[in-house]
Amino acid sequence: MKKISTLDDLKSAGDKGMKSLFPRGVKIVVGMATSGIASGADKVYEALQSAIKKRKLPFTLTKTGSMGMDFIEPLVEVIEKDKPRVAYGKMTADKVPQLIGQIVKGAIDKIKPIYRVDEEDIIAKREKKHYLTGIVPEYLQDIPTMYEVPFYKKQVKIATRNCGIIDPESIEEYIARGGYLSLHKALTAMSAEGIIEDVIKSGLRGRGGGGFPTGTKWQSCRRAHGDIKYVICNGDEGDPGAYMDRSVMEGDPHSVIEGMIIGAYAVGAQEGYIYVRNEYPLAVANLTKAIADARSSCLLGKNILGTSFNFDIKISKGAGAFVCGESTALMASLEGKAGEPRAKYIHTVEHGLWDRPTNLNNVETWANVPVIISRGGKWFSEIGVPHSTGTKVFSLVGKINNIGLVEVPMGIPLKDIVYDIGGGIPGGKKFKAVQTGGPSGGCIPATMMNLSVDFDALWEAGSMMGSGGMIVMDEKTCMVDLARYFIEFLVSESCGKCTPCREGVRRMNDILHDICAGKGKVGDVEMLEAMAIGIKDGSLCALGGSAPNPVLSTIKYFRAEYDAHIKQKRCPAAVCRALIKYEISAKKCTGCTVCAKKCPSACISGVKKKAHKIDQTKCIKCGICMESCKFNAITVK
Amino acid sequence: MVNFIIDGKKIKAEKGTMVLEAARSNGIDIPTLCAHESVSRSGACRLCVVEAKKGKRAKIVTSCLYPVEEGIIIETNNERVMNVRRLVLQLLLARCPESDVIQDLAKQLGVDPQPRFTPDGDKGKCILCRSCIRVCEEVVGVSAIGFSCRGADKAIGTPFSEDSAVCIGCGACAFICPTGHIEMETTEETRKIWGRTFKMKSCAVCGRYFAPEDQLKYISKKTGVPMKELAVCTNCR
Repeated sequence: MKKISTLDDLKSAGDKGMKSLFPRGVKIVVGMATSGIASGADKVYEALQSAIKKRKLPFTLTKTGSMGMDFIEPLVEVIEKDKPRVAYGKMTADKVPQLIGQIVKGAIDKIKPIYRVDEEDIIAKREKKHYLTGIVPEYLQDIPTMYEVPFYKKQVKIATRNCGIIDPESIEEYIARGGYLSLHKALTAMSAEGIIEDVIKSGLRGRGGGGFPTGTKWQSCRRAHGDIKYVICNGDEGDPGAYMDRSVMEGDPHSVIEGMIIGAYAVGAQEGYIYVRNEYPLAVANLTKAIADARSSCLLGKNILGTSFNFDIKISKGAGAFVCGESTALMASLEGKAGEPRAKYIHTVEHGLWDRPTNLNNVETWANVPVIISRGGKWFSEIGVPHSTGTKVFSLVGKINNIGLVEVPMGIPLKDIVYDIGGGIPGGKKFKAVQTGGPSGGCIPATMMNLSVDFDALWEAGSMMGSGGMIVMDEKTCMVDLARYFIEFLVSESCGKCTPCREGVRRMNDILHDICAGKGKVGDVEMLEAMAIGIKDGSLCALGGSAPNPVLSTIKYFRAEYDAHIKQKRCPAAVCRALIKYEISAKKCTGCTVCAKKCPSACISGVKKKAHKIDQTKCIKCGICMESCKFNAITVK
Repeated sequence: MVNFIIDGKKIKAEKGTMVLEAARSNGIDIPTLCAHESVSRSGACRLCVVEAKKGKRAKIVTSCLYPVEEGIIIETNNERVMNVRRLVLQLLLARCPESDVIQDLAKQLGVDPQPRFTPDGDKGKCILCRSCIRVCEEVVGVSAIGFSCRGADKAIGTPFSEDSAVCIGCGACAFICPTGHIEMETTEETRKIWGRTFKMKSCAVCGRYFAPEDQLKYISKKTGVPMKELAVCTNCR
């Protein structure tokens, strides 16, 4: 790879990137993040490859990261000179010949695009990319632009600015979109103090969960005594349902690396580590390639961009322990020890990795840094709300129509995320609550739909921002069962170092299991609340301290459900198996026998064309009968 | 010197002193299980928690790891502190129902077992305080024992629960264990610990069996003192 040491070198690398981003002729891009591959994007890619080869078409085919719309993966985009960029969802290998036919013809036949992009902001470069010149071709006039699609309308992409656009394996494409220009600006035109000042001014707070002001952390690390300092990227995303950091590492690894180099220069570090879990093989592969490319371009290593600044990054693969997302446990793991937290009375910015001053930030925080440097702290601070500036990436999952990766300005009302971006709840069911912050967070009930999604408002509501998992629940979710699920997760993920977390959370789990099994006792809720206070106060690390949150928040907002389980031995959402009963309505049953045939425990009996009956003593409450009944004759209570 | 207050008493201590030591040297007792003067601290048991007030903020901290600070106000047994300590003791009582040390401590602090917790039967008396691991690593220097698993399944033992080739049978782990979980059986000629039987050496002067041979060999190797000189027990030296 060509050495990059001047602004001109960056420009010529960027020109090369522009050519590969927008080659002559047709370019087809396939979203190949893990979410895409899981939906079959690799098969679509192969089908496209062989179709292009077979028909000897002058098309370019490339891969990109997550485009965000996971609910209609695999996604394919088509870029043609002077025409809008066009996206197609739910692609399959079978549809490929048809799609190619449409492109060749320049028309829409059976496969309708989901949106078109006429122009877009290249945020790190302060430029606009115009795809369309002249007027919109007639066949695309009915297709909404990306910014008109409800899923994208309220989104602002900063941390995920390149995800789903560039080929994550191409450093030139990253540079073409303004990449490493911020690094050049930082190293050649800014002092370390100036950078820190700008980051402080931006109001950026740690995106990993705690929300600590990033600039302040950098400043403390810069001021800490020591010749050797480290920067670390925390990529140990481990909450159930969260994949924001994975998407950024997979889709735009250079944004993280550039952020880290700038951070290292600001705090005075020469070595950096990216701690990423090994369950993220694509993220590991893309980061490895990106680091190697940055190194051979001399953007990592000695005399970066022709200055006297030296810095390099190593990847450390974690074995997938939730606790290793906690900074001190992560550092212990990096040192080759068991991943256990330590008391943080002595801060890691002073005594961190190998007892040296260490600045740790999470993936999304690092990815924001180049944009802050490019556009200035003030620009960033004007996005969002006063104490929570900028944007936040969420993985929107659960009982929601539009499952996907979204990036929204801080302070957006929760209902905008659920209804506008998320498209509401599937199956006409009622929205019940959202769990934010993963197992360390809490639930926000539907009655608080107008809540501003920012660090402080979520904290006050008894939840937390966390790293950005957002799990939506409908009326068919039992909140006691939900609390039990998260607590069970925390029991299996507790490192076991301190007594309150190791023993206390497991005892809470026992009580919750009892409640779900109909063995709850009056006073259990009060007992859980009292234990929660002791565990929060007494635990050694923040993960133990936040472990009772799912229980506390479900008690706070859904106390009646706990009472129904304990006092009436009833599960209002009809989830807890020990407390529910499937029954066939004699009036509605047509005697079609489908349920009897499907029942795995053979407990449904009856004569053909006559009402059937369930033997409650044999029923295992799997619900298959209810799912298979076409006449809504089976109910569960 | 740092000036601060513990339980209403004005106290001075050197910078870097832990709250636990500052309290103890002023006659204020804070219960602990895992803090031992011979090994580094882990803050695992959470019995020594106290409340530290700095300005308007009051937080629960671990006194064995919290260095004293100018102007800080410490309370060692207010209701918030006792709430944590009570929970910790109830949890430990349920984990180690056989441990008389924990029962005595609970009695002393007026804590009754929590009937809602079903007592464990498989954890012995181990509270996972890691003093044994630390003494073996930091004082003895052999690291014969360590943790396996995590969470509630965490357990102390030799690697893969097999006989340890590096254990010297010194018994420091059994000595430091606050609850008497580690079993060590010493007869005249042998000592059994961690599944291995060690041959004891008798004193060249008085004939008393005084230490495992492996331990003496290890000391000789580490210090360069010839085995001959180590063949005499401490009483006869």
